[in-house]
Amino acid sequence: MASISMTVNGRAVSGEAEDRTLLVEFLRNNLGLTGTHVGCDTSQCGACVVHVDGDAVKSCTMLAAQANGSDVKTIEGLASGGELHPVQKAFHENHGLQCGFCTPGMIMAATEMINRHGASLDEKTVREELEGNICRCTGYHNIVKAILAAAQEMGGAQQAAE
Amino acid sequence: MGAEGIGARIARKEDKRFITGKGRYTDDMVVPGMKHAMFVRSPHAHAKITGINKDAALAVPGVIDVLDGKQLTEDGIGNLICGWMIHSKDGSPMNMGAWRPLADDKVRYVGDAVAIVVADTKAQAREGAEAVQVDYEELPSATDIEAAMADGAPQIHDEAANNLIYDWEIGESTATDAALASAAHVTEMDIVNNRLIPNAMEPRAALGLYDEAEDHYTCWTTSQNPHVARLVMSAFYNVAPENKLRVIAPDVGGGFGSKIFIYPEEVVCLWASRRTGVPVKWVADRTESFLCDAHGRDHISNVKIGFDSENRITALKVDTIANLGAYMSLFSSSVPTYLYATLLSGQYNIANIHANVRTVYTNTAPVDAYRGAGRPEACYLIERVMETAARELGVSPAELRRKNFVTEFPHQTPVIMAYDAGDFGASLDAAMQAADYSGFAARKAEAAGRGKLRGIGMSCYIEACGIAPSQAVGALGAGVGLWESAEVRVNAVGTIEVLTGSHSHGQGHETTFAQLVADRLGVGIDTVSIVHGDTDKVQMGMGTYGSRSGAVGMSAISVALDKVEAKAKKIAAHLMEADEADIEIDSGELKVAGTDKTLPWFQMALAAYTAHNLPEGMEPGLKETAFFDPANFTFPAGCYICEVEIDPDTGVTEVVQFVASDDFGTIINPMIVEGQVHGGVVQGIGQAMLEGCAYDAESGQLLTASYMDYTMPRADDIPSIDVSTTKTECPSNPLGMKGCGEAGAIGSPPAVINAITDAIGNNDLTMPATPQTVWAAINR
Repeated sequence: MASISMTVNGRAVSGEAEDRTLLVEFLRNNLGLTGTHVGCDTSQCGACVVHVDGDAVKSCTMLAAQANGSDVKTIEGLASGGELHPVQKAFHENHGLQCGFCTPGMIMAATEMINRHGASLDEKTVREELEGNICRCTGYHNIVKAILAAAQEMGGAQQAAE
Repeated sequence: MGAEGIGARIARKEDKRFITGKGRYTDDMVVPGMKHAMFVRSPHAHAKITGINKDAALAVPGVIDVLDGKQLTEDGIGNLICGWMIHSKDGSPMNMGAWRPLADDKVRYVGDAVAIVVADTKAQAREGAEAVQVDYEELPSATDIEAAMADGAPQIHDEAANNLIYDWEIGESTATDAALASAAHVTEMDIVNNRLIPNAMEPRAALGLYDEAEDHYTCWTTSQNPHVARLVMSAFYNVAPENKLRVIAPDVGGGFGSKIFIYPEEVVCLWASRRTGVPVKWVADRTESFLCDAHGRDHISNVKIGFDSENRITALKVDTIANLGAYMSLFSSSVPTYLYATLLSGQYNIANIHANVRTVYTNTAPVDAYRGAGRPEACYLIERVMETAARELGVSPAELRRKNFVTEFPHQTPVIMAYDAGDFGASLDAAMQAADYSGFAARKAEAAGRGKLRGIGMSCYIEACGIAPSQAVGALGAGVGLWESAEVRVNAVGTIEVLTGSHSHGQGHETTFAQLVADRLGVGIDTVSIVHGDTDKVQMGMGTYGSRSGAVGMSAISVALDKVEAKAKKIAAHLMEADEADIEIDSGELKVAGTDKTLPWFQMALAAYTAHNLPEGMEPGLKETAFFDPANFTFPAGCYICEVEIDPDTGVTEVVQFVASDDFGTIINPMIVEGQVHGGVVQGIGQAMLEGCAYDAESGQLLTASYMDYTMPRADDIPSIDVSTTKTECPSNPLGMKGCGEAGAIGSPPAVINAITDAIGNNDLTMPATPQTVWAAINR
């Protein structure tokens, strides 16, 4: 068993888990944060993407113990003060989700993608960088549209601040 | 229509929980004392079970029990069934072998469930499952149609000699042969419809809870139709009587047909909960999904189409063999028959049609309905042969189609279906304009300058959804009725709950169904809640599949709303001392026409429940139920045009344009409808270019059992899609709706393959058209 401590969504948490426990299992089973999903066992589908120290990470590919001491953000921690994050808002407004199962991973991957590229993000880059997130419902059309819309809003806000 | 009524493009009510991580799927459910299950599955495609030794598994720390098929049989749990009886053309019933929820004597495909291990944790259950020693005597296996039908093929079920399940026909054979014999031109093709694995992103799961004190079971499960699951588990599998079995399908992460069926796992988890005394949860891992979810398609066909000297179709003859896998899944028998051959007339006037369909057992996962279910196979067949005929005849594919379109409605085809409404020319024109069809030659020349092969292909699809009426499908062998139910409850404060037998697993019912209520009553959608997916809350319903929730499910709501309105008007007329016929409902108020008298909706509702002053003899309350059974199928139709560019050196194919023009009748929310088309088209592009299930012929192992081996469409595989609609209303439901859930997956594969074969000038191409396949075709 390993003693694991980390910050999740701004809150210090700790728990005991078997050494083989994956980060996604720790989040779902120990912390009850069931917004992070498991859609495959081979790190392909991306339903489990969370942020670890600001990087988008497939939480089924990382041991919980490896995230010891890290700052983890999950889909539950993305909105702040009752305000949806611009990426969440864009997915809603552009109908970027249907069954919702891949959505948390999509939104976490998209948020990090926009953080890296800003308003210069284009459709080709979005499609290429979504290679690690599978959606069976939307045909990606409205997901791509939502990410580009959010990039505009977030990039625009960034420029205004500068 | 109002800002939130029919036709309003509004964002979905249900989104918030999904985008904030608060969705509640079966795997998210936790109940006190819950334990975890893992199934022991056959590693062999075909084998006798000669012994099961559980000792080592029972010694694994945390393992509570290991249960097998013999114990399941002892407890009287019934066989899994196929619910649609098909008779062969000689009148004999289909040859159905038994499907035990846990195999007790023989396994018939890799993944066949043999035992269940229940343990404290999932990891311990997995260790336990690995420690169960099953002795097998291996038998030869057959995984494809040819091998299963060959002389001396392995006998998979004793009931089905030569593995033949049925040999069925539809249409007039003699007349069709005669018309082909006298045709001016006949085009003949052999066509393969590739086997697919559905891959909803949420793996299937089940949580069974037995309450000994109440002798009552609860099953949380990933189901598209929880009431049908309860009915089947109760009436056929002997799990429990219906009043002692509650089935809950909470948020469900996609279905595409694969979650219609009642599988071994939910039955076994319920039974294991009673046997072990603990709640038992099972969640498939992705490889289990690949191995055990019902697969789709897998047809081989020969088709002949005859034309007269003016290029009018005179006859269509089809011979199809379909692979149904190792066991007959719930609706498997209907897919290659009544959901397939009845659509072989396509959008065309064809006087003579005959189709013969044989189905066979193989040592593979069961095959059943997958997005489109039979209709994609029919559409692919007729739209490939029409395109090929146009090439052979040297005429425009668009004009050959147009010349043969059905233009008068209703139109009785020779294969049961009576098309009720449509304007196929309008869809064709809209798609050709959106695709700039006339500018293709210039684009092709420009691409050639860059060393690329550019091709264009079209598909004019028709499908049938909202399968109905119940009496008619019953006469064709269906074991269930195909109506839908709704209850509209107006609360005392005027807010509204709609209890529907439909089930949403991505389709957005919580929004569109509320839009219908908003449209009728002029209330805001936030005052309307949609309740579904729980047999304890909702009256019997039939669930969601076959693009039926709008045409059938919303129609039931509409009929219930008629009754609610009628009673509300009576109450309002009484309270305002007016004539009932003068009451109008508008913007959340009941008004006396031609006066300034109004009564707010909520005051009428309150009056219904206080019952202090109701019309003489009226019962208190305001709650109405309807069961809607439509008079006919509905027939969505449209035209899809695909344009591709191919690198001749590598075979790499890029879809550079995809245009969809659909006729779905009345549309409630265009944004949601477009989303359904996007998703369907991409699944169709997946079938055409990426996805192909492969079993090893020698060992019977599934070679495509993970996302590393089975190519799912990714965002960078496909372009944005140009979607538009035309409209003819369906006359057989009160809303004029058709259905939009499956159209994209039905219409797109032939458009893609017609485009690729146009580009490479070689018609000998099977799906999926991977770079290797395309390169080989170019160089053949």
